Amino acid sequence: MHEMGIAMQVVKIAADSIPEHIQNPRVEQVNLKIGKLSSVVPDSLRFCFEVITKGTPLEGAVLNIDVAPVVARCRDCGMEWTIEDAVFRCKECNSGSVEVISGRELDIISIEIAD
Amino acid sequence: MEVDVARKILDTNDAHAGQNRERFAAAGVFVLNMMSSPGSGKTTLLEKTLVRIMPKIRCGVIVGDICTTNDADRLARSGAPVTQINTDAFGGDCHLAAHVIGKAADAFDLENLDLLIVENIGNLVCPAEFDIGENARTVVLSVTEGEDKPAKYPHMFRKCDSAVLNKTDLLPYLDFDMAAAEGFIHQVHPDMPIFQLSAKTEEGLSPWLNWLTTQVAENRSAR
Ligand SMILES: Nc1nc2c(ncn2[C@@H]2O[C@H](COP(=O)(O)OP(=O)(O)OP(=O)(O)O)[C@@H](O)[C@H]2O)c(=O)[nH]1
Ligand SMILES: [Mg+2]
Ligand SMILES: [Zn+2]
Repeated sequence: MHEMGIAMQVVKIAADSIPEHIQNPRVEQVNLKIGKLSSVVPDSLRFCFEVITKGTPLEGAVLNIDVAPVVARCRDCGMEWTIEDAVFRCKECNSGSVEVISGRELDIISIEIAD
Repeated sequence: MEVDVARKILDTNDAHAGQNRERFAAAGVFVLNMMSSPGSGKTTLLEKTLVRIMPKIRCGVIVGDICTTNDADRLARSGAPVTQINTDAFGGDCHLAAHVIGKAADAFDLENLDLLIVENIGNLVCPAEFDIGENARTVVLSVTEGEDKPAKYPHMFRKCDSAVLNKTDLLPYLDFDMAAAEGFIHQVHPDMPIFQLSAKTEEGLSPWLNWLTTQVAENRSAR
């Protein structure tokens, strides 16, 4: 549902990142890293991106989405593990003091411009 | 040619949220962001809450609604200053963004408020992603929804500082398993305070009011 707003920000940041000296730039790929916890639906994001890039230097660009797993660390025993089932409790010592060290990403990593 | 970008997609929103947070701290106002699915009872809970805590706690409310002013009208009856934000159903406005809150805050005399409550748009997904510069977050879940909502929307339940389980007056008519619901909440967010209450009958309202007023008092004494 918030994919449209996210897509608009992606397009704005990508457009701002095109070096000024390039004439008639054409962006071919946009590389994103999106954490599983962020609840962005990749297909919706791709759809929104396609709609709003029509007629811009990003038209036709491929949106590569690297989905980052949810990784947690126990503050009590230091154990690190990948969360699959939305249980944020340490599997080792049962502590509830758990820190999410990856899985919330909503990052734009790089763009690929046609030569 | 590959160009490194390395930016957070929502960095503009985060920057606005940071500005809001500084401004709220300077004015000494505590900001609560209240979120839920549509119809879980946020407005009803706020109506009852305002009546009980005002005028001892000076409150203001920002309410986001897709296209009506009904919620604002209901809340204004409490006597608290209320600002309504109407968002467009298009353009991804399924949440209140930080710059929108910043603008809405201009309508208040922040120096003379202790508590500013933001009733976010009814949605368990998007508002979790957008920092608005708040001090605390509360999620409202009603017993007419599934017990497993916390496991389905873990981001929201992890982000929030307390949870309200509303509409307990309806429990006799439903198969809602309260222990399972609390279990799901604590599985996603161990130790999160949970308040079972009925905003309609006001049963169970006191622990919630105590939590809220304690937060506001701590904020005031931290100045
Ligand atoms: N039985 C019962 N009904 C309630 C309770 N709290 C709210 N309601 C009813 O639930 C409906 C929705 O309540 P609202 O307070 O408008 O919910 P909301 O979360 O503000 O809704 P949106 O702003 O549209 O997302 C209304 O018909 C309320 O009267 C409760 O504790 N018990
Ligand atoms: Mg409402
Ligand atoms: Zn542990």
